[in-house]
Amino acid sequence: MSLLLAAVFNLNHPAHTVDWEFIHLSVANVVVIGLMLIVFVLAILLPFPGAARRETARRGGGAS
Amino acid sequence: MSAVPNVPPGPPPGPPSGRPPGTPSWSGAPSHSPGASSKSWTVKLRERGVAALPPDKLLPDGQPTYVASWIYVFGVASIASLIVIVGSGCILALKGPAWWHETGVGHFFNSIHLWSVELFFFAMVVHLWGKYWMAAWRGGRARVWITGAITFLVAIPCALTGYVSQQNFDAQWISTQAKDAMNSVGVGAFFNLTNFGQMYSYHILLLPIAVVALVSLHVLLVRRHGVVPPFELQDKLADAPGEKGRA
Repeated sequence: MSLLLAAVFNLNHPAHTVDWEFIHLSVANVVVIGLMLIVFVLAILLPFPGAARRETARRGGGAS
Repeated sequence: MSAVPNVPPGPPPGPPSGRPPGTPSWSGAPSHSPGASSKSWTVKLRERGVAALPPDKLLPDGQPTYVASWIYVFGVASIASLIVIVGSGCILALKGPAWWHETGVGHFFNSIHLWSVELFFFAMVVHLWGKYWMAAWRGGRARVWITGAITFLVAIPCALTGYVSQQNFDAQWISTQAKDAMNSVGVGAFFNLTNFGQMYSYHILLLPIAVVALVSLHVLLVRRHGVVPPFELQDKLADAPGEKGRA
């Protein structure tokens, strides 16, 4: 298992970096920033479980 | 022989607050009527606390329907991560560096501590983005926003001092790099990142207390002012008669 993980996550080399003008980021940090952006967009777009039911109940309860 | 005052038998005299003699101070009954003024700082503090945060606001049993969105989840995800950070950190502090480097269970808790920190910052950054784009300082919530932003800033050195307290080559590399940064801005004499004792004290005592205190204040302010509503709801509330300035 550890051999398999070592093959996938080979850290025995200098860190890979992304260089653009003055921006100098490790690939690991770029991946994390990308994941945060993806999660941020998904959090806005994906419906929350039960949100529609609660909204319907609220409209029904406050329809007077 | 010392002089002993002649104390009459019976219950001790009552306190000057007007409590009947013999009534214990912990009886639960308020020692003054709610409307009456009192010079006691505990009464003043209690009254201010209850006025600012009544029990139903402090521990509500429901939230507005607009809170049913994934973007509102990341604040509590940050707090959940912080709880795991503090819990795993307490175990690491109890056992020490040799344990977290040399034993399997120590490696496990070391990893729990690291990855909960990663999740904490991940959730906190998404929370920050969400609140920034919904202008969460609206409706008198400036202090909510400010305490959240300061928490983020204080959490950064809290994490940095953790990375330099690992007691390995990684920590040595980070601490010497960070020491250069501190020296370059003229504060290297106050914050010596190559001093394990100083950094460990910062990491496990001073900065966690600051982060937990700031998070607590942030949550109390959210409870007081409520979760910021979406823009369109604020517009509706502003248009409604008698609702101006509520949202």
